[in-house]
Amino acid sequence: MDHKQITYAVEANNLVKTFGKERAVDGISLNVPKGIVYGFLGPNGAGKTTTIRMLATLLQPSEGHAKVMGYDLVQEADSVRQSISLTGQFASVDEELSGRENLIFIGRLVGFSKKDAKTRADELLKAFKLEDAAKRQVKKYSGGMRRRIDIAASIVTSPDLLFLDEPTTGLDPRSRNQVWDIVRALVKNGTTVFLTTQYLEEADQLADLIGVIDQGKLIAEGTSKELKASIGAGSLTVHFDDVTELEKAKEIFEQQLNHFAEANLREISLTVPIKEHAKAAKAIGELANNDVQIKDFSMSQPSLDEVFLTLTGKLPESEGDELHEQS
Amino acid sequence: MSNHEEAFENAITVKKRPKKPSALSAASTFAWRALLRIRYVPEQLFDVTVFPIIFLLMFTYLFGGAISGSTGEYLDFVLPGILVMTVAMITMYTGLDLNKDIEKGVFDRFRSLPIWRPAVLVGALSVDAVRYLIASTIMITLGYILGFRPEAGFGGVVLGVALLLFFSFSLSWIWTMLGIIVRTEKALMAMSMMILFPLTFLSSVFVDPTTMPNWLQKFVDINPITFVVDAVRGLIHGTDAIGDIMMVIYISIGLILVFGTLTMYFFKNKE
Ligand SMILES: Nc1ncnc2c1ncn2[C@@H]1O[C@H](COP(=O)(O)OP(=O)(O)OP(=O)(O)O)[C@@H](O)[C@H]1O
Ligand SMILES: [Mg+2]
Repeated sequence: MDHKQITYAVEANNLVKTFGKERAVDGISLNVPKGIVYGFLGPNGAGKTTTIRMLATLLQPSEGHAKVMGYDLVQEADSVRQSISLTGQFASVDEELSGRENLIFIGRLVGFSKKDAKTRADELLKAFKLEDAAKRQVKKYSGGMRRRIDIAASIVTSPDLLFLDEPTTGLDPRSRNQVWDIVRALVKNGTTVFLTTQYLEEADQLADLIGVIDQGKLIAEGTSKELKASIGAGSLTVHFDDVTELEKAKEIFEQQLNHFAEANLREISLTVPIKEHAKAAKAIGELANNDVQIKDFSMSQPSLDEVFLTLTGKLPESEGDELHEQS
Repeated sequence: MSNHEEAFENAITVKKRPKKPSALSAASTFAWRALLRIRYVPEQLFDVTVFPIIFLLMFTYLFGGAISGSTGEYLDFVLPGILVMTVAMITMYTGLDLNKDIEKGVFDRFRSLPIWRPAVLVGALSVDAVRYLIASTIMITLGYILGFRPEAGFGGVVLGVALLLFFSFSLSWIWTMLGIIVRTEKALMAMSMMILFPLTFLSSVFVDPTTMPNWLQKFVDINPITFVVDAVRGLIHGTDAIGDIMMVIYISIGLILVFGTLTMYFFKNKE
């Protein structure tokens, strides 16, 4: 297959998907550079799955257009399919078959001979620690095993672009970390990963670029740092050896940064929110000028929860929460 | 590096996509999947084994005496009819299975693969043809034990069943289309029954249409199932049915053209 020289794995231009009157995806434009993890972050019903299904050629956009791996989504759908793999939000393998049979099945469908398909299946089962469950029906797998076999089925041959729709929803921290490791390894080997998540931490940890989606619209985009910066740089915490130093520093900080500095007497530390990193540096410099002894200092960044709050004026809520409130 | 890390690195390194499989290879891979599923869920064969037996016994002994005066004579008449009816009934499971695939989500993966798209359905339908063959064999064997005697001998039976399988394959495309567009399994089941019951009962399956009231006869005479029953009956008993046979072939091709096309259209544009 000829490989186009492209910069972007996904170039979407004003994608819209309407279901009846509802605009599930309402004009999304985004560029995903090749070779990164793009994290699509949004609450339930935001339009994440609908966007992915359009980009994976499963749904025709109602408006707008997009190129995936340099191919037009509609005109060159078959070439797009050659370059991508999709791990859907729900079952993406046949639950009635065993893990091994599923992998052989996909192997045959991507064009391997029987023998090669079997070899590849065993290789993946071993790599994903599913050897013991190889002959068990997938419906008898645990959640973590399910997700691993789903992803394994997507990389029977290496896709240029891998879509993962909520790959860690419902997993315990250990299984979640396993999935993260797999994603990182895939990206290191040159695959571009487009994943959706409802977890702020996941986007923060895994994604090089984050798009925040709400009600079908992209409401913010940037690196995790940039997003955090858009609502302030976070806060500065300084530790001291004794309280007299702390008290001197408190006065200087409040003057310099124009904000109340919160003292923690047990830890002998001061915390103050700051708008720009430069101001924090200046304030620390001022402590030195006044001979205030400090033990150490650190900058902490705001959580993505706070980002969401600032951007949408509400915290992302799951459907479960809504139901709860109604009843 | 540990043994596992090595295996992991190895599995993740770039594996080029080989040449995409031929249409035939893709279809037989889907057929293989359908066969595996039968191995795991043998209850799936319930409909093709138990239905034929129950239908045959029930209709032969329930109606036989009343309609033909003797069960033996009636069996010769009714068996080809019940055979057509039973196989036509079990074609609807094709749609139900497809509907489940869609609901669960595996279907999305199939549709995102660069394969000859009808393979998904053609593969499943060819395994279904094997199921129809099992049903036919069981019913004819049991019939034989009960006294059924095909007048055109074994050859006639083979031709009759072959024609029936071809018709059933064609009929299945109605169910694949409905399987894709209807949202829930229950609705699909109800809809399939609504189509199948009148078609199979208001036909020449059980009685000679000339015994029916005029208005009913009109419907029965244009019912495709009547043509199939008459054609299969003709082949099995060696009576002249060439007109019916040709008609069945036309109907079957028509079904594939219309519903095969519609199925693939909805397959492509499924929301
Ligand atoms: N096939 C469909 N027909 C009608 N409406 C749909 C369909 N698919 C999605 N929707 C609607 O579109 C909106 C966006 O759904 P989508 O599944 O894309 O959200 P999501 O971000 O993936 O949510 P979740 O986190 O719950 O998976 C929802 O309101 C949903 O009800
Ligand atoms: Mg979703």
